Amino acid sequence: MKSRELLLALIIAGLVGLVATRFPGFARPANLAAVLNDTAILIVLALGQMAVILTKCIDLSVAANLALNGMVVAMLNAAYPGIPIPALMLLALVLGAALGAVNGLMVWKLDIPPIVATLGTLTIYRGAIFLLSGGAWVNAHEMSPAFKALPRASLAGLPVLTWIAIVAVLAVWLVLTRTPLGRAFYAVGGNPNAAVYTGIDVGRTRCAAFVLAGALAGVCGYLWVARYAVAYVDIAGGFELDVIAACVIGGVSIAGGIGSVGGAILGALFLGVIKNALPVVDISPFWQLAISGSAIIAAVAFNARAERTRGRVILKSAEHA
Amino acid sequence: MTEARRIPDHLESRTSRLLKSWEALLLALAVAIFVANSLASPYFLNPWNLSDATFNFTEKAMIAFPMALLIVAGEIDLSVAAIIALASTAMGAALQLGAGTPALVATGLGTGLLCGAFNGLLVTRLGLPSIVATIGTMSLFRGIAFIVLGDQAYTGYPESFAWFGQGYVAWVISAEFVLFWILAALFGVLLHRTSLGRAVYAIGNNPTAALFSGIRVARVKFLLFLMTGLLSGLAAVCLTSRLGSTRPSIALGWELEIVTMVVLGGVSILGGSGSIPGVVIAAFVLGMVTFGLGLLNVPGIVMSIFVGLLLIAVIALPRLAARLWPRSRHA
Repeated sequence: MKSRELLLALIIAGLVGLVATRFPGFARPANLAAVLNDTAILIVLALGQMAVILTKCIDLSVAANLALNGMVVAMLNAAYPGIPIPALMLLALVLGAALGAVNGLMVWKLDIPPIVATLGTLTIYRGAIFLLSGGAWVNAHEMSPAFKALPRASLAGLPVLTWIAIVAVLAVWLVLTRTPLGRAFYAVGGNPNAAVYTGIDVGRTRCAAFVLAGALAGVCGYLWVARYAVAYVDIAGGFELDVIAACVIGGVSIAGGIGSVGGAILGALFLGVIKNALPVVDISPFWQLAISGSAIIAAVAFNARAERTRGRVILKSAEHA
Repeated sequence: MTEARRIPDHLESRTSRLLKSWEALLLALAVAIFVANSLASPYFLNPWNLSDATFNFTEKAMIAFPMALLIVAGEIDLSVAAIIALASTAMGAALQLGAGTPALVATGLGTGLLCGAFNGLLVTRLGLPSIVATIGTMSLFRGIAFIVLGDQAYTGYPESFAWFGQGYVAWVISAEFVLFWILAALFGVLLHRTSLGRAVYAIGNNPTAALFSGIRVARVKFLLFLMTGLLSGLAAVCLTSRLGSTRPSIALGWELEIVTMVVLGGVSILGGSGSIPGVVIAAFVLGMVTFGLGLLNVPGIVMSIFVGLLLIAVIALPRLAARLWPRSRHA
């Protein structure tokens, strides 16, 4: 584990310890497992976002993608309770990947800057939810019991939601560290020109990252709606910023090419611990936004310093041009 | 984000012609929307209705002007809507302390200036990428507004304060609309007729070359962030005055609409090119699209689909055209 991740892990442990000095219950394994479970969706989304940021892109549409898929599966479940839940999850995965591919293709084939492309799809996907649902909510009583039960079901002491996050972590870790595609993500973000000369198709690699982020967001759509037992237009509104925050706090460089699965998880956990600790220590939840904002600024400032000492002094400005 | 940025070696001929054609296209679009609106709804051509329509874009356009300069210089500020929230909250707090209208305006502008200075310091002193730094300050500024206000609201602004957002200079010409044109002229001159404007283009095209040619890159960028903050403060004054109340969720999501306005106006998101007249026309296009759809009872969220499609289409279509007819570029 690199020193940066160790530092972040220590900060998180320190936070938990600090809260535990006044409220010992906070550090109990059962509560920590609950915090982990509460952060599971953020972790999965941060993994996908990290892949995209590694390739020097950004995906602002993940939360809208999540919400659209959540609405699709919720409406399907309400209309046809007979469809098995795994089929719905698969549908969300495929549909999410397709929505991610829309972003990816715009970046790959049309050369549209990722921030503009995903800004556009962010509003389009949100609007599509409204067109689909007519602004109506899908409430808990319309969903089948099996639909709502899956994320909560306990398996070997942990909820299925946590297990799904663990599987996603392992899968993304395998892809990033053990496959040519994973290496390509790093290469494309580290130096796109050099990546071309080594035979990597930069556009296709970026598109693959968007598809990965979209697929993970799709699955999270089902998990979100099933966990909170409600679907409406604005679910997870603004959550894309939390996801980017988790990545940045976890040491993923917005300039591309730098980041690790461990860092993204820790970044998400940092936000998760704060979110869960605030009500315990009796601080108004209204503080959360300002705290995560400060954490982002501190983390980027730290990243900028860490990246500066990497010994690429001479060509640094040329690379940025 | 590009592999290699093309640096125009003959600024006057091709680039300016391309820009002019873009603005001409946009103007044609604006006229088409105007005609379509007046055909679609019998209420559209009423002068008071048209005057109301301008409120859809005047406050956003005030911020779009400095944002255009910032984007031309290769930076971005995503915290502008959060600055509005914080400046509006500060004005509300000043109101509770018994501030009169001049003090309220000073508080709004001052808060905006401070926020802009903070962004500018993060980017120019600490060398942070502006997109993440301002995502951070966006949470921070709005977060402070939420800490102060929670689920409460400030109301009871004085009568004289209402002039900024509700006053009319003459007949149907609102104070905000006049302010919009003054700012458009100011920023147009600043970008297209001064050495500072030249420096902004130079920085956007190649910051290293700009530095070596004697431009104080960091100082210019800091100044642009300062301006963006100040104009966000001004927008906060107008919006708070128009609504007559402050909630921490005020102007939520405006940063996306403002960036859309700037990009629709032909400013390259990669920096280095763009013009103020383009942004002015784009403001009218967006304002009329949303107002026309509103008259047709289209819900706001469906309008956002049109805005999103418009944003992608205006960028994708020229690229598609260039791919389909590669020769037309040299014509």
